[in-house]
Amino acid sequence: MKELIKGNEALAESAIIAGCRHYFGYPITPQNEITAYMAKRMPEVGGVFVQAESEVAAINMVFGAAAAGVRVITTTSSPGFSLMQEGVSYIAAAHLPCVLANVMRGGPGLGNIAGSQGDYFQAVKGGGHGDYRLIVLMPAYVQEMIDFTILAFDLADKYLIPVLILTDGIVGQMVEPAEFPKDYKPNFYDKSWALTGAKGRPRNIVRTLWLDDYGVENNNIKLQQKYARIKAEVVMYDEFMTEDAEVIFVAYGTPARICKSITKKLRDQGYKVGTFRLQSAFPFPEYRLMELALEKHVKGFLVVEMSAGQMVEDVRLSVKDYKPVNFYGRMGGVLPEENKIIEYALDMLKGGVEIH
Amino acid sequence: MELKLIFDKPKTMTDTKTYYCPGCGHGILHRIVAEVIDELGIKDSVIGIAPVGCAVSAYDYWDIDMSEAAHGRVAAVATGLKRARPDAIVFGYQGDGDLAAIGLAETIHAANRGENITIIFVNNATYGMTGGQMAPTTVLGQITKTTPYGRNPSRMEGYPLKISEMISMLEAPVYVERCMVTSTESILNTKKAIKKAFTLQVQGKGYSFVEVLSQCPNEWRMLPVEAIRWVEEEMTKIFPLGVFKDKYPEVK
Repeated sequence: MKELIKGNEALAESAIIAGCRHYFGYPITPQNEITAYMAKRMPEVGGVFVQAESEVAAINMVFGAAAAGVRVITTTSSPGFSLMQEGVSYIAAAHLPCVLANVMRGGPGLGNIAGSQGDYFQAVKGGGHGDYRLIVLMPAYVQEMIDFTILAFDLADKYLIPVLILTDGIVGQMVEPAEFPKDYKPNFYDKSWALTGAKGRPRNIVRTLWLDDYGVENNNIKLQQKYARIKAEVVMYDEFMTEDAEVIFVAYGTPARICKSITKKLRDQGYKVGTFRLQSAFPFPEYRLMELALEKHVKGFLVVEMSAGQMVEDVRLSVKDYKPVNFYGRMGGVLPEENKIIEYALDMLKGGVEIH
Repeated sequence: MELKLIFDKPKTMTDTKTYYCPGCGHGILHRIVAEVIDELGIKDSVIGIAPVGCAVSAYDYWDIDMSEAAHGRVAAVATGLKRARPDAIVFGYQGDGDLAAIGLAETIHAANRGENITIIFVNNATYGMTGGQMAPTTVLGQITKTTPYGRNPSRMEGYPLKISEMISMLEAPVYVERCMVTSTESILNTKKAIKKAFTLQVQGKGYSFVEVLSQCPNEWRMLPVEAIRWVEEEMTKIFPLGVFKDKYPEVK
């Protein structure tokens, strides 16, 4: 049965459902409901809640718990996620599984506490040092906060990788009907690599340093092989009325909801538009976007973001020069305006003009 | 005549040759830690955490489960490990740059939470790994690569941080001691301190901290014998040895 749930609390309870009993975090708006929820809920289920002294400490506590082989999560918002980047690079390099959430707010700098999407580059291109990736899942609905969080734990354990829930303050603060799964059970994942004390087995070492000639390159090759597998197996997106669309909106999170409602509105007026909503940014649905670009009925794409234009670069890389890719965005926690999106879409339907 | 084995490598040490410089204190301290782990019979349940610094490859030398940590984050990683594996014996091994500079916040807060972990703090008053720069514990007048004129507070280069004293000011820690590894006597005393620190953790008593003054002849530009003398005569003036806090004097 569906109930009214707040996005952030849905995420928190879903981690519990997924069997996560370890939460380390530092308060920051607009994700504070998660920290507070975990502080109350973890003791009820025999779990661990630690309010860390900083995001730097929190992510390294996550490193420790992940190295010990337990399901672990930390959550934060933009400035806090910046502080975590060093630790995220180490976790990725050490092939450790964990779940992270960035409930994005306006930036750069201290910015504000309104929902935003300015951290796409950081999330998707690797905000820390070195050649690494995260699996990046992007919920737009409270229901997806639930589904993606649970999925994130399974993906993390399956691929031994940090999985990031990249969402925005609006989805985090939103209350809407959603449903928790009743009978979720995690699959079995091999954790023989974990640090538990070397009882009855050779010692395990969790490391990210190799000083010999090819050690680090070999680890990089392992990482890249894993990413190739993930690209082939995990990509996630949701298409809405794209089958005959002439103009396709491309968006994720809150702007994708706006685009879907505009799609309905314009369809009612006879305009052939559709919405391509990304649910994962790594892996990126590049092949599907290319397929759409090659469709005769598609005149072009309009990417809508709550940023200066970040994901649009990946859309352009996918679509190449086959069709025009236009962009409209608002920054610093301001929502894209519906009438602007409609205006640009109608322009494109008429003649496919470039808009920036 | 029957031969009797009276001295051997601890089981917890691997056969890997250490890359430490001649006269360095790390080798002695590694052996002490290994002996204590052997004697307490905790080799199967101990998890160590290596720092960033000279001891970064400590896991090559100890035959136990081990993790690396980002520079300074040992106490946070230890917190995560111990909370996830409360039955494991978790210890961190850190130098002065790792613990007292970049990792000071994690160090103080893990101590203040009373995490049931053991931290071994190797203070050699310099950054060994990066080639002898100023550490937070560099003493006044000491010449390093980044204090070429000698550490001078009037140039706002600050004073040596006295970490054991700072940690012992907190409520939660149960045991704080400063030792050195320059002589048979001081080595045996350090072993006693480390054994007690581990024992307290095994008994679930809480946070234990052992600071070990250690010689770094290479970066101090001294002969090993001079370095030992410098620890004993100069370092101990600023960093006096002794027990700074002990909530369980009955535990040996």
